[in-house]
Amino acid sequence: MLRIAAIGAVDDGKSTLIGRLLHDAGSLTEDQVRGLQGASAPGHRDGLNLSFVTDGLRAERQQGITIDVAYRYALTPNHKLVLADCPGHLEYTRNTATGASTADRALVVVDATRGLREQTRRHLAIAMVLGVRDLVVAVNKMDLVAWDRDVYTRLAAEIGQLAEGMGGASLIAVPVSAARGDQVVRRTSAAPWYGGPTLLEALDRAATDPKTSGTGPRLPVQMVAVGPDGYFCVGRLSGGTLRRDDEVVILPGGSHSRVLALDGPSGPIEVARPGMSLRVRLAGCPAVTRGDVIAHPGSAPRLWSTALTTVCWLTGPPARAGSQFQIKHLTLTSRAEVLSVAAVLDMNSLRMVPAAEVAANSIGLVRWRFDRPLAADPYAHSRATGAFIALAPGTRTTVGAGMISAFQ
Amino acid sequence: MLTTPALNNGPHERSVATHPSGYLDDLESHAIFVIREVAAECKRPAILFSGGKDSAVVLHLAEKAFHPQPVLLPVLHVDTGRNFPETIRFRDEEVAARRLDLRVAPVNDPGTHAGPAISPNRLQSPTLLRAVTAYGFDACLGGARRDEDKARAKERVISVRDRRGRWDPSRQRAELWELYNCQVSDGEHLRVFPISDWTELDVWHYIHREGIRLPSIYFAHRRPVLRRDGLLLAVSDWVQPQPGETAEKLLVRFRTVGDATTTGAVESAAANPEQVIQELTTSAVSERGATRGDDRFSDAAMEDRKREGYF
Repeated sequence: MLRIAAIGAVDDGKSTLIGRLLHDAGSLTEDQVRGLQGASAPGHRDGLNLSFVTDGLRAERQQGITIDVAYRYALTPNHKLVLADCPGHLEYTRNTATGASTADRALVVVDATRGLREQTRRHLAIAMVLGVRDLVVAVNKMDLVAWDRDVYTRLAAEIGQLAEGMGGASLIAVPVSAARGDQVVRRTSAAPWYGGPTLLEALDRAATDPKTSGTGPRLPVQMVAVGPDGYFCVGRLSGGTLRRDDEVVILPGGSHSRVLALDGPSGPIEVARPGMSLRVRLAGCPAVTRGDVIAHPGSAPRLWSTALTTVCWLTGPPARAGSQFQIKHLTLTSRAEVLSVAAVLDMNSLRMVPAAEVAANSIGLVRWRFDRPLAADPYAHSRATGAFIALAPGTRTTVGAGMISAFQ
Repeated sequence: MLTTPALNNGPHERSVATHPSGYLDDLESHAIFVIREVAAECKRPAILFSGGKDSAVVLHLAEKAFHPQPVLLPVLHVDTGRNFPETIRFRDEEVAARRLDLRVAPVNDPGTHAGPAISPNRLQSPTLLRAVTAYGFDACLGGARRDEDKARAKERVISVRDRRGRWDPSRQRAELWELYNCQVSDGEHLRVFPISDWTELDVWHYIHREGIRLPSIYFAHRRPVLRRDGLLLAVSDWVQPQPGETAEKLLVRFRTVGDATTTGAVESAAANPEQVIQELTTSAVSERGATRGDDRFSDAAMEDRKREGYF
């Protein structure tokens, strides 16, 4: 399974491109294609409004924009692709962050006739801050610039530079026309100077999985229960493998134990790999509760009482020194306070500039104090254990996303 | 490199033997994780059970999530009163075999409302909401999938509904990583979809792999059907031939299970999950497009129902 977040500015043709991709890849059924005809499509060459593949809400179809993330699926030669079509509008940062947080790869759509826009920079910044380091750039509407190779080269270089400034990423740029279908799934003669992969080939190539990281195993405890064979805890493993008989430490308490028995979804196993939901029995009935993290003593995560974090602020009032939130890290829900705001990301230069608060739709650097220490890793080492969300006190809605920085 | 632009048009291209089963394990573990998060964080969660294949899969996943304990969450069936008898038999057998705590919420007097112009499934929303309120459920786990419909494709795994059960897409919460926010403020409740990212084909591969039992109407059988509005409707107590219509006895199966007045059959000889998988890999019609009259009333029929509190 490969998760791809499609990002870019409004009107640059993201939804149309995804529609084209699914249509030409044969992932749409006949009745779904008929639905695109019925949806009426002024100006579309083949009479299909391909953006309606993902713009499923009435308001989206009426306004011709994407408001919320749509998930679509395609079986390709190498993967089950999960495509998250993220909105381009400024005020929908929370939705782009939602799509990008689980993505292995980003599809960055730019309009050859308009170039890079602030929204493109902003959404690229969000994706990269959230750890997406694998970019496929679709330089769209190339037919409207007569397949000018210089336009393609310049836009690819600009995005390459932006990515470089934010820590670097692997990047493939493909010149395409979503409206006409050139180089999306079918290789056409439109750009004889282009010898690279089609968009689908670029999206489907093997990816390094950023979710399995350079840490040891971490098992956040979801529940503790009792069965016929005694107490057990359940959780979903990340980071590394866990084996029966392994010595383990339970954090934050620090007590030691040993894995007596390990069950996967279908019964007893000897070795658990990352991503598996597990049931674990520990030797000697150590104290363990929801929110604890089980790890190897030699590769255990650090305990953080304070941490410098990159935050993506999503909605509601800004985060500033003294703001208090409930947070959820792995399976632990506790409280945290913003100690100080160091900087926010300037969306034009993509550089951090000094600031006193991080407003909604912004990215910032924030130092937190946690009421209970977090058994966490820097986000660069583990997306699973390095992230937390902040909840608004009254509505309980998710207002911010925090990522623990490797630099303290 | 791709050899054909039409990736899934070839027959048997995605056969049982070549299915990349690694990701089924990932989907399974993720769904179990979601169910356990809801069980740990919510006060009174329930499982919605329609007797259909998707809710049978959710029930199977719940059993794995709680093993070796039984599934202790109550199971809620919103009953339109016009189910296929095979579905009700299946429901009752499952309840007995798994010792489930079944609550049935009957849709009030469907006969007086259901004309040809109103979907009887629409009447399920107020019934569901009354049951949610009466039993005090703060989360309902269901088997809806994003690939079913374009409005469903927009919904979060953990979806907040307001005090009237309504889904407001413009107010959806951010849902980052797998840090599921299961908290609600007063009067709100959650709809939870652990198999959001499963496709119809994934569901069938999983049913095949796990040997999950289903109502018999999912597999080919001969029964009298009527051709009406492009659907093959089974002749039943509620669906009788109108003047000009004649019942035909055809070899059919159902791709979804719902109200007998709106759920159509498809002609099929697929007699087991493996044959269903073979059939689906070559099918040119989507699951709901083939069989659900209730989604044909308008282009945004599902969105409208969800805004009113539907599953």
